[in-house]
Amino acid sequence: MLTRAAIVGIHEYPSRNTTGVSALQIKAACAAAALEDAGLQWSDVDALYDANEGVGRLGGLHMGEYFGLKPSIHETTMVGGSSYEVHAGHARDAIALGRARVALLTYGSLSRSAGANIGTGGPPVHDAPLPSENMESIPWGVNVVAYYAMAAMRHMYQYGTTSEQLAEIAVAARLHAIRNPEAVRAMKELGFRDVGEITVDDVVSSRLVADPLHRLECCMISDGGGAVVIASEDIAKDTRQTPVWILGAGEGQGYPESGGDITISGALQSGQRAFGEAGVDPGEIDIAMLYDSFTITVLTVLEDLGFCAKGEGGAFVEDGRLRWDSGLRPSLNTDGGGLFSNHPGMRGIFLLIEAARQLRGQSTSQVDGASLAVCHGNGGLLGSRHVGGTVVLGR
Amino acid sequence: MQPLPNLSEPDTRPFWLATKDHELIYPVCNACGSIVFYPRAHCTKCTSRDLRYERSAGQGTVYSFTIVRANRQAPFSERIPYVVAWIDLDEGFRMMSNVVECEPLAVSIGQRVEVDWQDFEEMALPYFRVVGAPQDAHG
Repeated sequence: MLTRAAIVGIHEYPSRNTTGVSALQIKAACAAAALEDAGLQWSDVDALYDANEGVGRLGGLHMGEYFGLKPSIHETTMVGGSSYEVHAGHARDAIALGRARVALLTYGSLSRSAGANIGTGGPPVHDAPLPSENMESIPWGVNVVAYYAMAAMRHMYQYGTTSEQLAEIAVAARLHAIRNPEAVRAMKELGFRDVGEITVDDVVSSRLVADPLHRLECCMISDGGGAVVIASEDIAKDTRQTPVWILGAGEGQGYPESGGDITISGALQSGQRAFGEAGVDPGEIDIAMLYDSFTITVLTVLEDLGFCAKGEGGAFVEDGRLRWDSGLRPSLNTDGGGLFSNHPGMRGIFLLIEAARQLRGQSTSQVDGASLAVCHGNGGLLGSRHVGGTVVLGR
Repeated sequence: MQPLPNLSEPDTRPFWLATKDHELIYPVCNACGSIVFYPRAHCTKCTSRDLRYERSAGQGTVYSFTIVRANRQAPFSERIPYVVAWIDLDEGFRMMSNVVECEPLAVSIGQRVEVDWQDFEEMALPYFRVVGAPQDAHG
C-alpha cells in the first residue's frame, strides 16, 4: 500500500525588493516559517529538494548543511521554473515508497535587486557555449520574450487567437493582485505606475515588447522566495493546517524540432500523466495555478492540459471566466500571478503555495468550496526548449 | 560588435566553418536519413554516429517570427526593432535567424525568404531576406 503525501506547510517571502539579505537567508526564513506553519521542526525533515538556485551548484550538499539537516534523500533537479512541480512529484514518490516522511522544498532569489536581465537581456556569456546557444541566442539577438512571442505569433496564425483574448489572462491576474496586499505591495515596490484594475484595452494599448506581446503581458522581475513542506499521511494528519493532497504529477519536455509545432508545450505530456494519476478531469478543476511568464504561456498550457481543445484557448478565456468570482471553472492565478505578484525568475513554488492556500480556504481571492487545483510550471522557454511540470492537488 | 558563435563548440563547428564559404550545411544521418538540427555529431532518431553534411540552397519559409522592440544587450539594443524568425528551409530543417533588409512589419508567417550572407573574419552569418510578394496571412 503506497503512502499518500500532502502539502502541510507553506510560506511565501513577503518582500519583492529586498536589501541586506541573501538568497540563502530567504530560503532559510521561508523554510522555518513553512515548518512552523505545519507545526514541524527542522529535525523532522528527512528529504531535501533544491534547484541549485541559491548556491549555483551542489545545492543538495550546501543547503543540507545550511539548514542543519541530515537528509536521507537529496534531490537537485533543475529544470527552471517548473523545478518545484517536479520536486513535489518526486517527493510524493519518495513518500509513497516509504523512503521519506517530511520533504522540504525551498526557493530564494535576488533577481530584482541584482538587476538580473531575464526577459529582454541577451544570453549569458560563456567561454563554452552550448550548441543551441551557438545557433540561436548568440548571433540572432533572441531574448526570452522573443521566444515566447514567436510561439504567440504562431498561435495567432494557426488558430486566429487575438491580443484581446490573451489580454484576458492579464486582466484576471491583475484583478486578483489588487485583492492580495502582498501583490499590491510588490507592484508598488517594483515601481508600477498604476496598481489598480486594468482592462483588455489597457493591455493591448501598452507598448509592444516583442510582437505580439505587450508590456502588460510580461511578468515582473522581483526578489523573493518560498518554501513548501510535504509530508506522509501519518504526519499530515497531525499537522496544524488542512492537508492538501498530491493526487497526481507529471513531467513533459519540448524543444525546437524541424517540422515541429511550437504552439504545443510539454504540458500535453505532463498533464495527461498528472490528471490520469489523479483520476480527475480538467473540467473539475476549481483553481488553475499556471506559470504566467507571459500571457501566451497560460493560454498554451490551458489547451495542453485539456481545459479546452487545442486552438480554442482564446475563446475559452473570454468573458471573465478566469476571475475568482466568475462562478465558472477554473479560476486562474488567484494570488496575482507572476505578472503582478511575484516572479523572481522561477515561479513554480508559488503555484504550489497559492493552490494550497485555496484548498485550505486562505486565499485573498478565495473561491467558494475550492477542492481541486492544478499547478503547472513551465521551465525554460515556451516555443523552445522547456520542461513542464504538472501537479494535481485536492482537499 | 556583433556576437559570433564560438568555433570551439564541436557540434556546431562544421556548420559555422562552412559559412565562411557561404555554404549553409546541415547534418543528415547515413543510417536512417534523418536531418539533425541544430547540428550534432549523433543522430537523435537512431543511435548512429555516422552523419554526413549536405548543402542547403538557402531557400525557405518563415515558420514564425517576432519583432524585438526591447533588448538591453549591445549591439542588438541599437538595432531595435529587428526581426527574429524560425525559418523552415526547403530541405526540411528549421533554423533561427534574423530577417533583414525590409521593414519589420513586412514580414509574415509563410513569407518566402532566402539566405543573405554577412561576412566576418572567421565565418559569415546566414541572415535571411524576403523574396517575392508577401504571403497571405493564412495559408
